[in-house]
Amino acid sequence: MKIIKPSIAGTLDSCDIQIRIEESVDQTNTIYLKSPVEKQFGEHIRSLIQNMLDKYALEGVLVHAVDKGALDCTIKARTESAIMRAMANENSVDWSVIAHG
Amino acid sequence: MIEKRVHGKLIKPYEVNADASGKVLENIKAALKKANLKDGMTISFHHHFREGDYVINLVMDEIAKMGIKNLVLFPSSLGKVHETLIEHIKSGVISEIHTSGLRGPLAEFISDGNMSKPITIRSHGGRARAIEAGEIKIDIAFLAVPRTDCMGNASGNGSKTQCGSLGYAIVDSKHADQVVLITDDLCDYPNMPRSIVQDNVDMVVVLDAIGDPEGIASGATRYTKNPKELKIAELASKVITSLEYYKDGFSFQTGSGGASLAVTRFLKDQMIKDGIKASFALGGITKPMVDLLEEGYVDCLFDVQSFDLTSTASMYRNERHYEISASEYANPSNKGCMASMLDYVILSALEIDKDFNVNVMTGSDGVIMGASGGHCDTAASAKVTIIVAPLYRGRLATVVDRVTTIITPGDSIDVLVTERGIAINPLRTDLVEKLKKANLPVVEMHELVALAKSIIGEPQPIEFDDMIVANVEYRDGSIIDSIRKRK
Repeated sequence: MKIIKPSIAGTLDSCDIQIRIEESVDQTNTIYLKSPVEKQFGEHIRSLIQNMLDKYALEGVLVHAVDKGALDCTIKARTESAIMRAMANENSVDWSVIAHG
Repeated sequence: MIEKRVHGKLIKPYEVNADASGKVLENIKAALKKANLKDGMTISFHHHFREGDYVINLVMDEIAKMGIKNLVLFPSSLGKVHETLIEHIKSGVISEIHTSGLRGPLAEFISDGNMSKPITIRSHGGRARAIEAGEIKIDIAFLAVPRTDCMGNASGNGSKTQCGSLGYAIVDSKHADQVVLITDDLCDYPNMPRSIVQDNVDMVVVLDAIGDPEGIASGATRYTKNPKELKIAELASKVITSLEYYKDGFSFQTGSGGASLAVTRFLKDQMIKDGIKASFALGGITKPMVDLLEEGYVDCLFDVQSFDLTSTASMYRNERHYEISASEYANPSNKGCMASMLDYVILSALEIDKDFNVNVMTGSDGVIMGASGGHCDTAASAKVTIIVAPLYRGRLATVVDRVTTIITPGDSIDVLVTERGIAINPLRTDLVEKLKKANLPVVEMHELVALAKSIIGEPQPIEFDDMIVANVEYRDGSIIDSIRKRK
């Protein structure tokens, strides 16, 4: 899947994460993460975002994530919101596929 | 004159010099020359100006210009504003640092292993002890004072700056070989009441500005609206009022964290309801404590450091608001410090582990970012030591398996209050029943550790190098922990 437009979700408040998605120049996905807990949770946060990209089978996107100490639930929700906005279907959400374990 | 020492202290009687200017000098350079500052000497400062301090940077810049090297810097604490010291470490002007706190870029610079000698971290009581015991000999103390007269009777209420208590500086003024006061308000003789007394003072330097009033008052204190912190504060207040030490004439101290400060507000409401009054409140004094004093709910305030403008003004307005020195406050080796009379102390923590050890010094990423302060002094002294802390901050657990750095050993800590429950040190079985009876949410420490992990996940361990960047001295002078260089 390809995204239609660049998008953004989340804020820079404490305990939130801001996810910005845009088109990449090639077919690969790249995640740039900035986080105060990079050392302790960097890998974990990247894998959460990657899993969400995989869920929507996205290709060729750049993800800029600015973390302010968000928990898993927040990271997943913000990433999914950004993806839906990027695919321009945020107003026609298929609630049946939004299920987080 | 032949150099003469009595009990290790240099004796230098006062002589009026020929031009009758006495002790007053017009710049730092003149003082450095007159004091005969040499390579390798130990120089001290105080941190009553907190983030508003100009004096450490001004003095160090002047020393660097003179080409003096290898000094031992012995301030009572350092803040973010002292970032410029990095240059003086790099150029070899400073080779050793002893402090209580360290923050900002200087703390990162040291955490990254950029000093060849590890720094020494001491508590406020431990610093006073080390000075009085002669373990540290201060060659020259440079003490910023908001107001002084020409002979060196100095106080914390100047026309340009106000810092209230000069509790940390008093110790240095009594024990340093030479004492240089630095002020921007030279007043007519005599300046009374005074904190620092003229018989200890060698020189008075008058500058245009010694500090930024906004930085002096901002300090470590804040007035919280955070619901999590308020819940913790309310619970902590209930812990206090549920125990038998809470009766007429009880005493307490609160630390400078958000939740810890808010405890006083809840405690006051309950004291009014019960008609109970406290005998004294100790420590860094803040507005909520001054309110208690002025409304008659506490008999005395003992003030080693005035954190805000209200407490600064109160010290000169209220007769029962007394200034005390760091030694009177918490020195474990004198003939009885005031901390030893405390019933309750409420303290914050960056981390607390399952053995109740507390870290207030290093962040979970291994970087120095805090201050030892009076934490271990008051925790060891008070009858009941209560730690107030959220279970986690952002994505970092506060309640952990093992703290990054031990500042206060677990056997000094009695109760941990979090928003998810209260854990009691197994050493204090006497408290468990009482707090359960009071319908407080008592939980086991390991449950809190597990709960924190279930919310935030298991962090990757931080990797450290072998190099030691800081040694942490416990209040009695023993080394309780060391901080290693982060990878």
